[in-house]
Amino acid sequence: MPDIAYWLIGVGLAFDLFGCIGLVRLPDVYNRAQAATKCVTLGTCVMLAGVAVAAFGESGGAIWPMGIKAIICAVFILLTSPVAAHAICRGAYLSGVPLWPGSVEDAFGPRAQDIRNEQAAAQTQRAEHEETQAS
Amino acid sequence: MSTFEQIAFGLLVLCSMLCLYRIGKGPSAPDRTVAIDILGTLIVGFCCIMAVGTGREYYMNIAIAWALISFVGTLALAKYLEGRTYDA
Repeated sequence: MPDIAYWLIGVGLAFDLFGCIGLVRLPDVYNRAQAATKCVTLGTCVMLAGVAVAAFGESGGAIWPMGIKAIICAVFILLTSPVAAHAICRGAYLSGVPLWPGSVEDAFGPRAQDIRNEQAAAQTQRAEHEETQAS
Repeated sequence: MSTFEQIAFGLLVLCSMLCLYRIGKGPSAPDRTVAIDILGTLIVGFCCIMAVGTGREYYMNIAIAWALISFVGTLALAKYLEGRTYDA
């Protein structure tokens, strides 16, 4: 295992640790989500890169499939983790979790109000539809 | 298992403990959902360390499968938080 693989895995672990400290220390759910998601995604991807380097650098090259799988997994995490965090934050805002009082800007506020109105309209329409079907 | 892998496992267990603290304490449901998502990504890190430590490649299969399942589960939870049905 080459030295650079140890360094990559160590840097990834450091990022993971900082992300989890942010998850515990920051004040509201949006801050926690951004700190934890960015740090842990980068940290795990760097660790997977270290695994790939270790697999390709092994003498004889007997475990190269491990490197390919590590790269596939890194690309997948890099694509999906921000999507998941965005979905959670959107759900959190729409379910009414308040912002931290020290927040300076609420850019999603008007759009969230529109979405809530659309949902309420759809619900009343569905209720009317069920009523007409019942009668 | 070498000293490096033992230290790496210790740090990842510490990270998991911080996540579990947030899952237990988290004042709202989205806090817990974020922590569960992060815990899923940390488990991929555990699989990395196991793959490097033992030299067996099937741990990376576990990592890929866990990343997929974790993503789908997190999206389902986010949809539930948004107050919508799963097919809208």
